[in-house]
Amino acid sequence: MKTHSRSRAVRTPGGLSLHVDLRALTVVVLLLAAAGAAGIALIGTGDAKIPAADVLRTLAGNGTAYQDFIVNELRLPRVLVGLLVGASLGLGGALFQSISRNPLGSPDVLGLSQGSTAGALVVIVLMSGSAAQVTVGALVGGLATGLAIYVLAWKQGVHGYRLVLVGIGVNAIMTAVNGYLLTKADLVDATRAVVWMTGSLGGRDWEQVWPLLGLCAVLLPLVLANARGLRMMEMGDDISNALGVRVQRVRLLLMVSAVLLTAAATAAAGPVSFVALTAPQLARRLTRSPGPNLVPSLCMGAALLVAADWASQRAFGADQLPVGVVTGVLGGAYLLWLLVAERRAGRI
Amino acid sequence: MLVDSPPEQRAETAPAPPTRRVVRALGLLLSVVLLLLVALASIAIGAKGLSLDQVWHGLFHDTGTYGDVVVDERLSRTLLGLLVGAALGLSGAVLQALTRNPLADPGLLGINAGASAAVVTAITYFGVTSLTGYVWFAFLGASAVGALVWFLGGSRGATPVRLALAGTAISAALYGYLQAVMITNGAALGKMRFWTVGSLVSAGYSTITQVLPFLAVGTVLALALARPLNAVEMGDDTARALGANLDRTRALAMLAAVVLSGAATAACGPIVFVGLMVPHVVRSFTGPDLRWILPYATVLAPVLLLGADVVGRVVARPAELQVGIVTAIIGGPVFIFLVRRRRTAQL
Repeated sequence: MKTHSRSRAVRTPGGLSLHVDLRALTVVVLLLAAAGAAGIALIGTGDAKIPAADVLRTLAGNGTAYQDFIVNELRLPRVLVGLLVGASLGLGGALFQSISRNPLGSPDVLGLSQGSTAGALVVIVLMSGSAAQVTVGALVGGLATGLAIYVLAWKQGVHGYRLVLVGIGVNAIMTAVNGYLLTKADLVDATRAVVWMTGSLGGRDWEQVWPLLGLCAVLLPLVLANARGLRMMEMGDDISNALGVRVQRVRLLLMVSAVLLTAAATAAAGPVSFVALTAPQLARRLTRSPGPNLVPSLCMGAALLVAADWASQRAFGADQLPVGVVTGVLGGAYLLWLLVAERRAGRI
Repeated sequence: MLVDSPPEQRAETAPAPPTRRVVRALGLLLSVVLLLLVALASIAIGAKGLSLDQVWHGLFHDTGTYGDVVVDERLSRTLLGLLVGAALGLSGAVLQALTRNPLADPGLLGINAGASAAVVTAITYFGVTSLTGYVWFAFLGASAVGALVWFLGGSRGATPVRLALAGTAISAALYGYLQAVMITNGAALGKMRFWTVGSLVSAGYSTITQVLPFLAVGTVLALALARPLNAVEMGDDTARALGANLDRTRALAMLAAVVLSGAATAACGPIVFVGLMVPHVVRSFTGPDLRWILPYATVLAPVLLLGADVVGRVVARPAELQVGIVTAIIGGPVFIFLVRRRRTAQL
C-alpha cells in the first residue's frame, strides 16, 4: 500500500496551508458523479421513460411541456429528497460514529430512528393521521428522543461510552413500544406502518425539499467548521483538551447537528435502514483514511440512497417496493464485498 | 475504534483475595434463591392467581384438579423462560467477551435477522403456520447466518470489528428481504408482527424438548470457555504471549453463542436486550473475570426474563403483554439508571 504520495499540503501566499488527501478527494468526486448519474437515471425511470439526454435538456429548461411537468414537478423533487436524505443520514451517521468512537454507534443503534418511528406509529395507529401529520409526529419523536438521550447521558459532560449505552437503553425501550403499537394495530394500519418504517421516497414533492435543503445549508458549514476538533477528539478527551479543543462544546454542537439531520431525514422519508450505519463504513474503506471522513460519508449516503431507489424502481417496477428494502440489501451486500475484498488484499 | 478499557482495570483479572471470592460465591447463591422465587411467582401469578398450597399440590401431588392443570400449563412456560433466559444471558456474555465490544449481543451477529428471515420464508413459501413448526426453521436460519458471519468476518483471522460489521451487513440484507416480504404479503405480516416481539406463550413441552439438547451443549461449552476467554479479552498480543490458542477459543466461543442464542430465538422469537443488559450489569459488580460473569449472567438473565413475563401477565389482565416488550420497557430504564449511577465496568 502506498502511503507516501497520497496526501499533499497546499500552501497559499498568505501563509495558510491546506492538507489535501488526494485519495479522499478522488473518492468524493467519484461519489458525487455516481450520485448525479443515479439521480438522472432515476428521473428517467418510471411509467413514462425519458432518455438521459432529454432529462438533462429538460432540467436546463429546454424540454417539452409534458417532459417539463414530469421531470421538474414529479420526479426532480423525489430525487432531491433522496439526495438530501441520503446525505443527511450519511453525515449524521459519521458524526455519531465518531462522537461515540464506536463503528456501531449510528442513529439506528442509538434509538433515534426508533424514536422517530414511535412518533410516526402513534400518529398512524392511534390517530389514523394524514401523511403530513405522520411527518410531524416523526420529527417530534426523533427530536424528543435525541434530547432524552443527551439529558440522560449528561453527567458532568457527555462521554462517548455512556452516550452509546444510554442510547442502546433508549433504543430498546422505543423498539418495544413500536412492537407493542404494531401488535395493537389492525392489519391495514400495520401495513401502512411497516411501509413507513421501511423508508420510502414515493410521492415526495417540493414541500419536503425546501426544509431539508435549508437545514443542510445551515448545518453543513457548521459541522465542517468543527470537523478538525472532532478529528482530534477521536484521540480521547484529555489529549484534545490539551490540544485546545473545547471538547464539551464541540460535542454538544455536533450532536445537536447530527440529531437534527437524522430526525429531519427520517421525518421526510422514514427511517431508511442502515444508510447511517453503512455509509461511513463504506466511505472509510474507500478513502482508507482515519478520522471521521465526514464529506465522503455524506456523498456516499446520497449516492447509496438514490442508487438504491433507482435499483428498486428498475427491478420491481415503479413504486412497488420502498427504497428502504433495497438500501439494506445493497448497503449490506456492498459492505460484505468490501470486507471480503479487503481480506483478500491483506488489508485487515 | 472499539472502546478500549483503561489498563488499570485489566489488571484486576489477577486472583481475587479470598474474602471477595466468598462474597461473590454468596452472591451467586443469593441469585439462585432469587431465581427460584421468581420461578415460583411465575407459576403462581397469572390470569387466575394460585395460592402457594395449590402450587405445591400441582407440582408434587398432581391429581388433575383445576389448579393442577393451571400449574402444569405454567410450569412448561416457566421452564422455557428459565432455559431461554439463561441461554440469552450466557450467549450475550460470551459474545461481548469474544468481540471485546460492550455493544455485542446475539442480534449483532445477525442471529435474529437469520431466524426472522427463515421464519418469514417458512410462512410465505412453505405454508408453515404453527409455532412449533417455526422452531426448526428459526434455528436453521440463525445457525446458517451465524456461520456465514463467522466465515465472512474472517474466520481464523476474525477481529472484533470485522465480526460486528459482517453481522451488521448480513442483517441489513436480510431485514431488507424481510420487509419486502412483509409489505407484499399481508398474511406474513399478520404473523410476523407477533413473532418478532418475542413471547413465551408458545411454550409447550414439545418446544422445550426440541431446543433442550442444543441449550445443554451450548451451556457446557460456554461455561468451559471462561478461562480461555479471559485471556482473549486481554488483547491478541497479550493472549498469545500467555500461550492462549486464540483461533480455537474464538471459534468455540462463536459456536457456543450461536447455538445458545439460535435455540433461544427459535423457541420464543427474537427477545432482544436480555443478552446485552444482563452481562453488563453483572460486570459492574463482578469485575472483568469471566469465571464469575458467565455463571452470574446464566442465573440472573432468567430472573429478568421470568420477572418480565410475570409483570406482562399482571398489567394487562386478562390479556397479556409479550415478554419481549416488557423486558425492554422494564429493563431499559433500569439499564440507563445503572449506566448513570456508577462507572460501568468496561471490557
